[in-house]
Amino acid sequence: MTMARGAASRRSLLGHSYNLVGVVASLVILAWTLVAIFAPYIIPHPIGDIVDDDYFGPMRQGLWLGSDYLGRDMLSRVLIGARYTVGISLAAVCIACFSGVVLGMVAAVTGGWFDTCLSRFLDAMNSIPSKLFGLVVVAAVGSSIPVLILTLAVIYIPGAYRFARALAVNINTMDFMTVARVRGESTAYLIGSEILPNIIRPVLADFGLRFVFIVLLLSGLSFLGLGLQPPLADWGALVRENIGGLPFAAPAVIVPSLAIASLTISVNLLIDNLPQKIRDRDT
Amino acid sequence: MTSGVLNLVVKRLGIALVTLLIVLFAVFFATSMLPGDTASILLGQAATPEAVAGLREAMHLNDPAILRFLRWLLGLLHGDLGTSYANNMPVAALIGGRLVNTMKLAAITTLLSVPLALTLGITAAMLRGSLYDRAVTVVSIGVISVPEFMVATLAVLLFAVYLKWLPALSSVNEAHSLTDVVRIYAMPVITLTFVISAQMVRMTRAAVIETLSTPYAEMALLKGASRGRMVLKHALPNALGPIVNAVALSLSYLVGGVIIVETIFNYPGIAKLMVDAVATRDLPLIQSCAMIFCLGYLLLITAADIVAIMSNPRLR
Repeated sequence: MTMARGAASRRSLLGHSYNLVGVVASLVILAWTLVAIFAPYIIPHPIGDIVDDDYFGPMRQGLWLGSDYLGRDMLSRVLIGARYTVGISLAAVCIACFSGVVLGMVAAVTGGWFDTCLSRFLDAMNSIPSKLFGLVVVAAVGSSIPVLILTLAVIYIPGAYRFARALAVNINTMDFMTVARVRGESTAYLIGSEILPNIIRPVLADFGLRFVFIVLLLSGLSFLGLGLQPPLADWGALVRENIGGLPFAAPAVIVPSLAIASLTISVNLLIDNLPQKIRDRDT
Repeated sequence: MTSGVLNLVVKRLGIALVTLLIVLFAVFFATSMLPGDTASILLGQAATPEAVAGLREAMHLNDPAILRFLRWLLGLLHGDLGTSYANNMPVAALIGGRLVNTMKLAAITTLLSVPLALTLGITAAMLRGSLYDRAVTVVSIGVISVPEFMVATLAVLLFAVYLKWLPALSSVNEAHSLTDVVRIYAMPVITLTFVISAQMVRMTRAAVIETLSTPYAEMALLKGASRGRMVLKHALPNALGPIVNAVALSLSYLVGGVIIVETIFNYPGIAKLMVDAVATRDLPLIQSCAMIFCLGYLLLITAADIVAIMSNPRLR
């Protein structure tokens, strides 16, 4: 992951040195976040309105990204789609990382049978291919937004757990942990005040990576028609809806794909270009 | 091989077996959580309560879940995969031909992507920091960062829409000559090869770079061996374990990739069968397909772990 480091100019910001690629990547992420929050106020046409006589219309004035398979404004649909893709993924990654990291720290601090059982169980969970897990859950309980968020979170808890536990086990052997234990501190204090501050940076970098995995999985499920159900549409669902425009290279099928790519590549690049001491997994 | 390695391998196989059981149970449990009663769904709304009760009895739906699970497991051991709800055919008959199609797709992809990825990964590691290395890294990060369907979409746009070399859809039944076969498999295989190779290139590159930075690799250079000889004779044999590990791990991405690729290209494989089964909620079919996928995935990651154990000289 040494991409473009050194080639881009360095600048100092908030005490850390960031390079150009990292700054551009964070601007893209910020832009999509703002779009996700303010989408309903900035869309030029209501998403359900048919505004074009033609379907798969080209880009032109007024319809900046062309029209979709029913002649609806593509720009509005992509902007609203950002809400679902970013919102659902963010909710899922928060649940996954919070539960995974807390469980991982507790397992590392308490050890014993709790640690062994939990690790074995979550390793087994990790051996189920993620798309397959998603397919089976959707087949069983259908796909509403809460189900999607929970499913995506459950799929990525084992990874977050493994990562946090490995980091916490290292911290657990330090002298200050022994001192804290001798003082008689509670487990909650140990994980909250002694371990967490020491592993928070790599955990945040891992949070970003896991966010990318979740965006990709959500888009994949929606693309298969098993994610968000119409009339709601995230970016993956927009690609699926408009796949008929592929032979004419319609913007309706290309733009949502580019939106996904811009978000995931930006997060990856941002993490790759974080200063070494934040990103480093061996802290 | 000493008993230490053997022990570890046996232990790893044991874990894989336990995992398979857990996975099977999870799949069975998830699919039996379906809201609504299977018998009344099958018979439709006009069914009399007596008919529904009769069917429940015949399908053993009144038995406790654990009993049904054990019965299903026993059936699996006999090669009986159950009967599809949707069209009342044995699941084994539905899956048979489809599985062969998917295996063909996976085999061709493996044959193409392994040599390609190894060549790219090893050469990129040798020329670390060069323009070539950067290009390989950027492209592989790009492919990893986007969903599989986007790689497929771009491949269709490039090869079928702009260049018009290949058809966008596959149909295995129309294969009459060699050129037909090439045209049918080309798009799915190109897409899968991209997805699988990107992972493999990155892991191979990392493994080789790690070996190249060891003292004995430097020693080989210092004693006057050429760079090519150092890489081929000194570094590669030691990087072989991690590389095979990387190959097996990357191939496990086939499981996810094939689900998307078969759907987008309408390829008549087992993943397409499963996605269709999810749409019709055909439980026995979903269970069997999920089981086959998990089995393939587990085999690959277990193989990767065992290679890693065997290639670690400290355990020998």
